[in-house]
Amino acid sequence: MSAPTYDLGKLHGGLRLQAHKKISTAKPIRHIPVPRQLILPITQHAGDPAQPIVSIGERVFKGQLIAEQEGSLGAPVHASSSGRVVAIEPWPVSRRYGDNAPCIVIECDGKDEAIGTADNLPGYETLAPRDLLSRILQGGIVGLGGAVFPTAQKLMQAMSCELEFLILNGVECEPYISCDDVLMREYAHEVIAGAQILLHALDLDLCYVVIESDKPVAIRRLGEVLAQLDDARIVLKQVPTIYPSGGEDQLVQLVTNREVPSGGLPTDVGCLVQNVGTAAAIHNWINNNQPLVSRITTVTGDGVARPMNVEARLGTTIADIIEVAGGYTDRAEQLIIGGPMTGKSVTSDRVPLVKATNCILVISKSPSVSAELPCIRCGDCAAVCPIQLLPQQLFWYACADDEAKMRSYGLTDCIECGCCDLVCPSHIPLTADFRTAKARIRELADEKARAARARLRFEARNERLEMEQTLRDEELAQQKESARKAGPDAIAEILKRKQEQDED
Amino acid sequence: MDFVRREAPYLAPKADVASMMLQVLVALIPAALAHVWYFGPGFLFNLIVASIVCVGAEALMMRARGRDPEIALADFSVLVTAALLAFALPSLTPWWVTATGSLFAVVVAKHLYGGLGFNVFNPAMAGYVVILVAFPMDMNLWVAPRMGDIDYIDLTVLQTLNYTLTGSLPEALTFDALSRATPLDAMQSGLRNMRTYAEIRTNPMMGDFGGRGWEWIGNLFAFGGFWLLIKKIIRWQIPAGVFAGLLIPAGLMYIIAPGSNASPGFHLFSGATILCAFFIATDPVSAATSPKGRFIYGCGIGFLIFAIRKWGSYADGVAFAVLMMNMATPAIDYITRPHIVGHLTRGDRS
Repeated sequence: MSAPTYDLGKLHGGLRLQAHKKISTAKPIRHIPVPRQLILPITQHAGDPAQPIVSIGERVFKGQLIAEQEGSLGAPVHASSSGRVVAIEPWPVSRRYGDNAPCIVIECDGKDEAIGTADNLPGYETLAPRDLLSRILQGGIVGLGGAVFPTAQKLMQAMSCELEFLILNGVECEPYISCDDVLMREYAHEVIAGAQILLHALDLDLCYVVIESDKPVAIRRLGEVLAQLDDARIVLKQVPTIYPSGGEDQLVQLVTNREVPSGGLPTDVGCLVQNVGTAAAIHNWINNNQPLVSRITTVTGDGVARPMNVEARLGTTIADIIEVAGGYTDRAEQLIIGGPMTGKSVTSDRVPLVKATNCILVISKSPSVSAELPCIRCGDCAAVCPIQLLPQQLFWYACADDEAKMRSYGLTDCIECGCCDLVCPSHIPLTADFRTAKARIRELADEKARAARARLRFEARNERLEMEQTLRDEELAQQKESARKAGPDAIAEILKRKQEQDED
Repeated sequence: MDFVRREAPYLAPKADVASMMLQVLVALIPAALAHVWYFGPGFLFNLIVASIVCVGAEALMMRARGRDPEIALADFSVLVTAALLAFALPSLTPWWVTATGSLFAVVVAKHLYGGLGFNVFNPAMAGYVVILVAFPMDMNLWVAPRMGDIDYIDLTVLQTLNYTLTGSLPEALTFDALSRATPLDAMQSGLRNMRTYAEIRTNPMMGDFGGRGWEWIGNLFAFGGFWLLIKKIIRWQIPAGVFAGLLIPAGLMYIIAPGSNASPGFHLFSGATILCAFFIATDPVSAATSPKGRFIYGCGIGFLIFAIRKWGSYADGVAFAVLMMNMATPAIDYITRPHIVGHLTRGDRS
């Protein structure tokens, strides 16, 4: 192999978790039919909400742009089937903060008529990287690993850096989730095609496709496709199955043995990470003219009758998807959007599938655990922390609301992977506490900034008042001076005139 | 359909404090049996007294602090304190001595500092030191181990119980007839009286490395300790540190002057070295918390044990060594903070 090899780094800590993946990978991907209604949030990405450009009653087609990108960071939204726009209104969505978000609601006609065709598309090789990026931007493509960072902007930033290689993230380390695994099995060709487009856009000659060792079928399928294409730029790389090696920075550390600087990006150490699903989505848009209107998601857990992976249109409600998966079992007590370590729990299945939804997990309540006990400083949390933080110390400082200590012990570096929670013998909800503490730190920083602004304003005001006072003093002094020069007669005259005025 | 709302992660925790403490107690059983075999049933009586007083004190203190006593009792940590204290006592100890130590351990060392997780000092060792200072005579009354060829007096169960309850020996038996210098005592006073190590070791009390009987209890502590290591209840850094801190200086001194120094093997198998390394120093609450810090903490304890045995006025120094290193814990934690991934150096933490 001509590609340079990098020392495989080692991740600190992490956990070997029970995978629970086979229950959802046994059957091929199931395609969810067009639902009666689609609920499309205008914010399905990191950044500013998209701006709706359709009006109520308007007929839309599959793939039609319905909300434009706004602001410097954002992505557009496309209709994921044909039908009529019936409402633009707040709707429950899966978000950590706040329960409702503005959504475009489409009543589907079931015809699934598409707007674009793949005819007369220019080959991606003929496009200059800049043009390719603006194309990707129009496709509504965002990181499908869960962070939903707009892909075009991520690539744009990367182009200004000195890159050595691209990493395709096929490390799906969180238990239960298997959507990337089945994607690589069934759409290996699309993943590799997406990688080729990315290599062209970034003008790179090396791409690692990194997969955890517990996905032999995906590894074999990708290997076959690579052998067929004979593209030496793309190299498969296996990593051990340890949670959370699929985190972006963790993956970079694992593959390159370089640490992404605190507060920095993988591009700071010469690489760019893209999820395998994102690569496939790029291929679908650039080569087939299909914007991001559907995604593969894992429906799983002991609360679902038939766990499986499905490909569903964005905007399909969780309830519609669960129905295809055989409905709920009597163990369905918690509905989690995302995985069991980092997912968000929601109270209703009316929430729609969005670009970020990589897993729909329905599980029973965790077996009743004893109450939270005081920390006994066993240090197991520090042993599993992939960032080498000392959660037991951070917890202490978070309780004491000691901002300086929280910062110096790296609270803001916490990736909220949840490993510390799982090993804590005192059952302290460390991750939740750290989330709160981070919010608190942000709040304090805001407060400080506000205070600084207020102080500046106050100082400016004081200065102004002082200046005015000085001017007044000077004026007064001048008047006195001229009065003194004019002599006592003049003063007497002025006083007399004043007296006359008063008498009037 | 409505669902429960929780915070991530949703998987059940893998460990709990109660089962950790229970496993520590289980790991102590083999050594406890050996202790009873060699030194008589007094250990069991001490254990019972210590457990009753510790549990009672914990319940009262929890109530006094306005908390539910059940929460504290359900974690079994107070029983570990009681067991460790019982192991530190001579098998013949009057109940009020044990009770004093237990009370101090739980009331002062544990709850006045804020209860489980907040105690700066190892409660069992704090309690032990109090009675070591307050009742020095009682803490010196170690009987000879039950070995066929050692001159020992076997007290019956009732006689032992009577001593525990009243502090009085059967007629015609005196302390002097009953008590024996421990191997560590014999070694320390022997060396100070200018006898050589080899001479002292001809005493029938001495075994292969340490004292006879004591060695086997030590082996069984190690057995329990390795089991805890395998079960990941404790980690290797503290035991390794204690052994390194004790055996390296002891070994060096023994190489330089073999006549006037005890061998490292003697240090290892005498007194409470192994108990300390696996069960006392590993109390997580009062120990350092980072892996490197724990090794340093262990080394400190090991070295202090050596120093006290060699130059101090007490024959064994485990309790003092542990308490002194407890004081050093915050400093050790501060200087051994690990490198945070993504930060250039340890200093770069803004």
